[in-house]
Amino acid sequence: TGVMPSKKIQLFYHRNYYILKYIKIENFHFELFLFIFWKKCDLHKLEEGPPLQAVLTREEGLQYYRTMQTIRRMELKADQLYKQKIIRGFCHLYDGQEACAVGIETGINLSDHLITAYRAHGYTLTRGGTVREIMAELTGRRGGIAKGKGGSMHMYTKHFYGGNGIVGAQVPLGAGVALACKYLGNNEICVCLYGDGAANQGQIFETYNMASLWKLPCIFICENNKYGMGTSVERAAASTDYYKRGDFIPGLRLDGMDVLCVREATKFAAEHCRSGKGPILMELQTYRYHGHSMSDPGVSYRTREEIQEVRSKSDPISMLKDRMLSNNMASVEELKEIDVEVRKEIEDAAQFATTDPEPPLDDLCNHIFYNDPPMEVRGTNPWTKLKSVS
Amino acid sequence: MNTLLIVLLIIMEISQIHFLYVTVRDALNQALDEELERDERVFLLGEEVAQYDGAYKVSRGLWKKYGDKRIIDTPITEMGFAGIAVGAAMAGLRPICEFMTFNFSMQAIDQVINSAAKTYYMSAGLQPVPIVFRGPNGASAGVAAQHSQCFAAWYGHCPGLKVVSPWSAEDAKGLLKSAIRDDNPVVFLENELMYGVPFEMSEEAQSKDFLLPIGKAKIERQGNHVTLVSHSRMVSLCLDAAAVLAKEGIECEVINMRTIRPLDAEAIETSVMKTNHLITVEGGWPQFGVGAEILARIMEGPAFNFLDAPAVRVTGVDIPMPYAKILEDNSIPQIKDIIFSVKKTLNV
Repeated sequence: TGVMPSKKIQLFYHRNYYILKYIKIENFHFELFLFIFWKKCDLHKLEEGPPLQAVLTREEGLQYYRTMQTIRRMELKADQLYKQKIIRGFCHLYDGQEACAVGIETGINLSDHLITAYRAHGYTLTRGGTVREIMAELTGRRGGIAKGKGGSMHMYTKHFYGGNGIVGAQVPLGAGVALACKYLGNNEICVCLYGDGAANQGQIFETYNMASLWKLPCIFICENNKYGMGTSVERAAASTDYYKRGDFIPGLRLDGMDVLCVREATKFAAEHCRSGKGPILMELQTYRYHGHSMSDPGVSYRTREEIQEVRSKSDPISMLKDRMLSNNMASVEELKEIDVEVRKEIEDAAQFATTDPEPPLDDLCNHIFYNDPPMEVRGTNPWTKLKSVS
Repeated sequence: MNTLLIVLLIIMEISQIHFLYVTVRDALNQALDEELERDERVFLLGEEVAQYDGAYKVSRGLWKKYGDKRIIDTPITEMGFAGIAVGAAMAGLRPICEFMTFNFSMQAIDQVINSAAKTYYMSAGLQPVPIVFRGPNGASAGVAAQHSQCFAAWYGHCPGLKVVSPWSAEDAKGLLKSAIRDDNPVVFLENELMYGVPFEMSEEAQSKDFLLPIGKAKIERQGNHVTLVSHSRMVSLCLDAAAVLAKEGIECEVINMRTIRPLDAEAIETSVMKTNHLITVEGGWPQFGVGAEILARIMEGPAFNFLDAPAVRVTGVDIPMPYAKILEDNSIPQIKDIIFSVKKTLNV
């Protein structure tokens, strides 16, 4: 941007946030930092919340943009493939909620642990899965992340425990992972996600109790996208203050559409857990553009206007893009280039996912037990004995 | 007479024959203690397992020895703590999750089946779940309907689980150690009425590395006329019935299943091919039960052609368990029921 003084500071107001632009020039090399201030998030049983500002560097901005765009495009491609009947069964899409998955991951380390429910494709990616493996799992091919045997709801990577189909069951599991972290003394934490629908599950309250009693390093995160399948939060919960539902567990509620907000809150929560204070609860206010799953058009319980309004005013990717563009952190062309690259990655993955062969039939009975000698499994009739290896 | 006894004792001492009688409870306690000592990742959680020394005293002394980190008292929240145990197993620990009785496991059955049993398969081998769910199963004495159900058939139905049902003290010790060392989810069905029963424990069984293989039945008594297949406490009844029948010249072969899943069909088939008659004996309800499965397998397998009479089942009566003693006694198989069924099968 040409010759400039060595420091330049600008403060302005943009979309409910104050932004301080700070340009530092040294030896003809300039770095651009954005300090973004937002309003205090709602706190429960906490004296202080996460910091009210964050620093976004250009590199970070581009990385977050790329990852969110990848999730977005991947989910839209899955939509397409589902309508072509190449993906079957359940398919719960994450578009609209990208800032949650990306923001959380940037607030923790890959060596930490994470578990979520069935709207899991985004997390599978942020936790180390590739688009190829994810899409091939959706299409049920042998190159899928679970060799085609799990499907949409059962994807796993290192320190990522799925992908869980039973609403709420993942929450005690996540606390168990946190127990293991504490037991082994490895300073790792577990992020344990659930939705506004699951938030009323009894086993979650059982988990709050034990996690708090035993001071487990567990971040409970409620992704409140306002609808549990077709039931709005007001019709399902006597108290929709999900960040307070942990009662004796400190909680915070924040804008889940702002990736930086999510990042800072996650860092704050992770620090809370790592310092031995026990669990903490975060409520991310977010939104899903698709219905609950591909069999739900998503417009019988909410209006198209509502969906459109969120898209135009609060889309997480647009929000980040605007921030970066209006502050010259990146150019339109640069972001377009990322878009093109992402599109290509998705196309390649889809190509793989539709051409990779299905799993071989002799894999049918494998993976029943771990570390066991091969055994026989009864087929559909008494004369059919199938082979099973670990 | 006295001199004979003294001579006998001297001979025993010289030949170092030590008869050690150990109750099932103590055998389980030994197994837990040895495995906790052997592997730091093993830990026990459940209601009253720590400071109370165990609701049935199975974990007596363990909390004192191993402390809060490894012996954990939980609140009365089965679904929650079973899920926590499964999560800990996924993250690399080796939990033993105690259900005070398996009746309470119904509260947590989703975690046992959907989170533990199926995960290794759903993840195509990425995520093993090395966990043991243990506790007393089946009828007790006077505890009525909600506390008396047998879950062998329910858990035995599900792929991805191993289901073990020990009878003797040796069974209890060897099988529990194997279950804890197994890298897969194991449902370990104990029996409250067996806890206090003493059994002879061989030298071999007293060793710290004594293991019994999961999936292999044991022939407790050889016989030629009829095969009695049973598990857990009912094995005692079968042996008692066999003793009575022996006086009438009927020799029963008594098989102790030891494991419900995987079922040792081969051992049963081999026996049936010898005796030509089969009776299964279980405490649980008849419909879709353990006996039903065994009979189906015999029908479908090579032993069918060796049967001289239809194979039958002796089971608990198909009713919720009543309270009054006379009613309860008549709700589960008695020795006379086994004897009656043997004679019917042999047509004597």
